[in-house]
Amino acid sequence: METKNIMIVGVGGQGSLLASKLLGRLFMNKGYDVKVSEVHGMSQRGGSVVTYVRYGDSVGSPVVDKGEADYIVSFEMLEAARYADYLKPNGKIITSNQEIDPMPVITGAAKYPENIAKRVEEDGISIDAIDSLSLALKAGNAKAANIVLIGRLSHYFDFPKEDWIEAIEQVVPAKFVELNKKAFELGENA
Amino acid sequence: MKELMLGNKAFARGLYEAGCTFASSYPGTPSTEITEEAAKYDEIYCEWAPNEKVAMEAAFGASLAGKRAFCGMKHVGLNVAADPLYTMSYTGVRGGLVVGVADDPGMHSSQNEQDTRHHAIASKVPVLEPSNSQETLEFVKIAFDISERFDTPVIVKMCTRISHSQSVVETGEREERETIPYVKDPAKYVMVPANAKIRHPFVEERVKKLSDWGNTSGINRIEKGTDAESRRGFITGSTSYQYIKEVFGDSVSILKLGMPYPFPDELIKEFAKDLDDITVVEEMDPIVEEHCKSLGINVHGKDILPIVGEYSQNLIAKVLAGQDIDENSKIDFETPVRPPIMCPGCPHRGIFYTLKKNKCIVIGDIGCYTLAAAEPLAAMDMTLCMGASVSATHGFLKALGKDAPKNVVGVIGDSTFIHSGMTGLAEIAYNQSNATIIILDNSTTGMTGQQENPTTGYDIKGDPAGKIDLEALVKAMGIRRVRVVDPLDLKACNAVVKEELAAEEPSVIITRRPCVLLKSVKKLPPLRVNPDKCTGCSACMKIGCPALAMKDGKVVVDETLCVGSGCDLCVQMCGFGAFEHPGEE
Repeated sequence: METKNIMIVGVGGQGSLLASKLLGRLFMNKGYDVKVSEVHGMSQRGGSVVTYVRYGDSVGSPVVDKGEADYIVSFEMLEAARYADYLKPNGKIITSNQEIDPMPVITGAAKYPENIAKRVEEDGISIDAIDSLSLALKAGNAKAANIVLIGRLSHYFDFPKEDWIEAIEQVVPAKFVELNKKAFELGENA
Repeated sequence: MKELMLGNKAFARGLYEAGCTFASSYPGTPSTEITEEAAKYDEIYCEWAPNEKVAMEAAFGASLAGKRAFCGMKHVGLNVAADPLYTMSYTGVRGGLVVGVADDPGMHSSQNEQDTRHHAIASKVPVLEPSNSQETLEFVKIAFDISERFDTPVIVKMCTRISHSQSVVETGEREERETIPYVKDPAKYVMVPANAKIRHPFVEERVKKLSDWGNTSGINRIEKGTDAESRRGFITGSTSYQYIKEVFGDSVSILKLGMPYPFPDELIKEFAKDLDDITVVEEMDPIVEEHCKSLGINVHGKDILPIVGEYSQNLIAKVLAGQDIDENSKIDFETPVRPPIMCPGCPHRGIFYTLKKNKCIVIGDIGCYTLAAAEPLAAMDMTLCMGASVSATHGFLKALGKDAPKNVVGVIGDSTFIHSGMTGLAEIAYNQSNATIIILDNSTTGMTGQQENPTTGYDIKGDPAGKIDLEALVKAMGIRRVRVVDPLDLKACNAVVKEELAAEEPSVIITRRPCVLLKSVKKLPPLRVNPDKCTGCSACMKIGCPALAMKDGKVVVDETLCVGSGCDLCVQMCGFGAFEHPGEE
């Protein structure tokens, strides 16, 4: 099988490491070769962060390059737009509709773009924006927004649901499993 | 068992399986998790040392005592540890000694793009370069074996994409090692000139032997391409090997270097003899490329590939496979940049706002607080290397003498101060410049992910440990003016900074408040803005807090980010009492 590429993007501190861990485990369980690439350190301090997840028969490079991503899972609208060029021509963005001002917007040096989802779509990019934060709160904790988005991503895969749930049970601490299963389902059916 | 494993965790697993019993390191992205993961094995004594030089010397002591030992650091840390490294090359080792160094091409979290292979060559110490997590585990074990077999310290060079990528690893069992009995051997271990003169030829001989080993052991290997007609080949290693495989698959011939130095000359010549078109694909400096040229082999390298930044599969496809990669943006609007910032509730924010307000010249250092260089605080004039703030402040003031401005401060974190700021302060105390040094004591080593250090009172496992009293230390060095202030108390900060800048003798201000990310710091309920009181004057926006935003002429607080009375900086900035704590109406 040709290598498939997923990117997880967002703002440092939003929980991309758990999402990539979950995907890594899922694809391992399915018998694929997997590589996951993260950036730690400085960019985790509220900066733009990106994690690459690649799976297939044999994966070489640990990173995803421009024009290669099958899916981009984004925790924030502006970050979805920032990495849109990494999508394959028929790739898809699954994103939270949450908007977090970057420092140049806070200081007034730049403006946060308006109607990002609509404008991205007008540029010919397929985008699925959901209110993952509200759904996470409904599941019981704002921090589960990452798993809501993974639930939404699962919608585009033909893996049985049990496979996803199994991966959640393997990577999430026991006391948060029920919360995250609920978050997953809310995302799946969003 | 097969496991998806971070490169750094695989490194730690390699230490465990190789029977290593001692690890001393200083944290530094992207190397930190090697030692954090090693600390999870009870069989390995692990510690954070005050700096990389101390870590390497401690590891050398462990090796001298007959144990397999490790020290870890980032690339710039090896500069600090260069002194012991270059002479350890002469003494050699008793127990195997492995030095883990992680480079950061692309500078994700570093101040330069230094190539560790230069240090390996200059110190005449072998360097191994793994290209994924499995190889990392295996190379660490090989490194210990050749360390003992050839009597040399061995560098295992990681980089961000190997350290911080997870790939599939098959683990093995630990092999316990007998302690090598201690015997006095001053001719080998006392490096006075008479002994060193005898050891130097040994080092030169060892380089030749390791080169031979590199030719034949399989650590460097030729992968013949499936395209028998092709006269093209690549010499590569580390991540670049993965990019070549990604683009060319098995079609081209590759000389894969697992140990680029000592150079495997015979293997390079053998690889080159059937090929007409060879490119050396190596990130950063043209080290293997220039060596090939010195052997009379005509290769491409930095004439077509960049010397700056990271490589990627698109770059390789474009430059080496002639593929047309469309890199034009499909998005027709600007996306404002999102640089890293101080966290909401970060104690550094208050003191740096004070320095900005007092229009200080701020001689900075390495840590989270380097983020104060960015707008809107923009309160940093220099950042060079660990510890430089203290000594450079001294030089700045001494050079200008009585003409020196009265607004110069040096700022340094608690861990960085212990790392190499102390010696700078000795310079100030001894040679008496009228310097004001601010030690930003947030009770942790923040930027690398909250590691303990000698001022926190805890060790790498979180158990109680020795604790250096900063006030007592500074006073013992001869600094008479030592002040302690809460960095989030703007009034107090302003008064202390003004007083100490005015003082006609050296002074140290310790700003003390724990990092907001520490688990011991309680998260308090977020603030609320009373829209009737907020005039939209933007005074609070000057502190650069990510939890504040201006919407329709009024300030709003992001409740998921604000730490409330754990910070209260905006409360102090507001002249209208617009910020309210929940429960206060």
